[in-house]
Amino acid sequence: MISIQHINKSYGKKGEIPALHDISLEVKKGEVFGLIGPDGAGKTTLFRILTTLILPDSGSASVAGFDIITQYKEIRRCVGYMPGKFSLYQDLSVEENLSFYATIFDTTVEANYHLIKDIYDQLAPFKTRRAGALSGGMKQKLALCCALIHKPTVLFLDEPTTGVDVVSRKEFWSMLDKLKKDGITIFVSTPYMDEASLCDRIALIQNGSILSIDTPSGLIQNFKYPVFGVRTDNMTTALKQLSQQPSMQNIFPFGEYMHIIDERSTLSVEQISRFLSEHQHQNIDVQQIKPEVEDVFIQLMKENNSQ
Amino acid sequence: MSEQLSITASQLTKRFGDFYAVDHISFDVRKGEIFGFLGANGAGKTTAMRMLTGLSIPTSGTATVAGFDVYTQSEEIKKKIGYMSQKFSLYQDLKVAENIEFFGGIYGLSKSRLKEASEKLLHTLGFEHEAQAIVGSLPLGWKQKLAFSIAIMHEPAIVFLDEPTGGVDPITRRQFWNMIYEAADKGITIFVTTHYMDEAEYCNRVAIMVDGKIEALDQPKVLKQTFHAPNMEDVFYQLARKAKRSDG
Repeated sequence: MISIQHINKSYGKKGEIPALHDISLEVKKGEVFGLIGPDGAGKTTLFRILTTLILPDSGSASVAGFDIITQYKEIRRCVGYMPGKFSLYQDLSVEENLSFYATIFDTTVEANYHLIKDIYDQLAPFKTRRAGALSGGMKQKLALCCALIHKPTVLFLDEPTTGVDVVSRKEFWSMLDKLKKDGITIFVSTPYMDEASLCDRIALIQNGSILSIDTPSGLIQNFKYPVFGVRTDNMTTALKQLSQQPSMQNIFPFGEYMHIIDERSTLSVEQISRFLSEHQHQNIDVQQIKPEVEDVFIQLMKENNSQ
Repeated sequence: MSEQLSITASQLTKRFGDFYAVDHISFDVRKGEIFGFLGANGAGKTTAMRMLTGLSIPTSGTATVAGFDVYTQSEEIKKKIGYMSQKFSLYQDLKVAENIEFFGGIYGLSKSRLKEASEKLLHTLGFEHEAQAIVGSLPLGWKQKLAFSIAIMHEPAIVFLDEPTGGVDPITRRQFWNMIYEAADKGITIFVTTHYMDEAEYCNRVAIMVDGKIEALDQPKVLKQTFHAPNMEDVFYQLARKAKRSDG
């Protein structure tokens, strides 16, 4: 449904600010494909190229079978795009925005109401309110409705959950799951690594380059190194002491635990536990754990930077 | 008083018409504590922070920040605090050195102290070679580290951090928390909001706001026990999904 070959893009008068480097990927029909990476990784640039708002410097791509350069008009008709920045008309009401977008695409709100019904039900009490006066969560729901109202084949969502709390994020992802069941292909970006597991496949992106493309479970199974989760009563001291050990420098706090990525595969649970008890730590808990997407990202990021 | 308090709030309330944005919240923050302030969008976090930073006068209740009263001494408060957020931190069109000079001036540092603080700041961050770089050209993670260093340049009693790590890459996000720990070790009180629930675990204590009220306040360890939750995300989810207030 989306096919990208060797896309490059840089900004600036002389092209001195690189944004994307040799991006290639394929998104299948009906897939939820996640583009995962921090701010500045190039996610928005790729979205803008695929939605035909800017041109790549080189490379080619097609969306829903149409070429992004020669068939941009066809693409614009069949994709829905929710930009990262709220871009609806602030002075129009909720219902005015929605019927405006339906009209532009030569359809009516009624024609595809079934697609947005679950989301719009939550907005209905505020339908006469100006879009600019809505809260963040409600703006996000309205933007999604407007991006869906012409029944797009591909939906582009650029960081729909950034700055949104955990409850609303979960709600948003369950909405996406329903849209997927309606057969819509979804290309979504996020800086939250924990949302990776909700996608069918993901691409990890950093500094304009793709680090890896895989299913979330494949990414974790294919991770080369053992990972240990460590907890004691005094995490700050433990972190300092462990990171001074040459074999344990690759250690990062992960919420309640610290994770050690064992690049040389030389560590064992017993060895780490012994080290911590020798240093008078209490309530020591060390386990070999399944890595998370964030562990994989950290490791790939390090390898990518040192190249 | 056996321990110094940086922030005290008692029945602090902000009402807009008949809407209680912040509804009688009470809490204390100790000096040097890392205090996490969590809540769903629309729970009242920003309004509460605006009252504590002297930008909004409460409707009722009392609060002191660094020993000063939020009603009558907001100017003194502003001199004693640092502030940074993801949305507003630095002037993108100014150079690194110019931002340091500008904010140093705003925070009332003398020329000699500014020079000293500026050199120290650039050295600690390893930014000596970037002093003349335009801030807008720096990666987000660098900007956020710089913004934090600038927010504590005048050695404030308290620094307020409003979602400081949003969108930052996972390595820089952790380096940022190291900086928070170092500041707290020096006795600076940290008042921080975040949407990353792993970061809630790094706080000494966490308050969770729901519908304008503080529904839970304790150490992460105790909260997880109380709510029989495996992690802070689950604690937060249990509390925040009960919210009745629509965030519209």
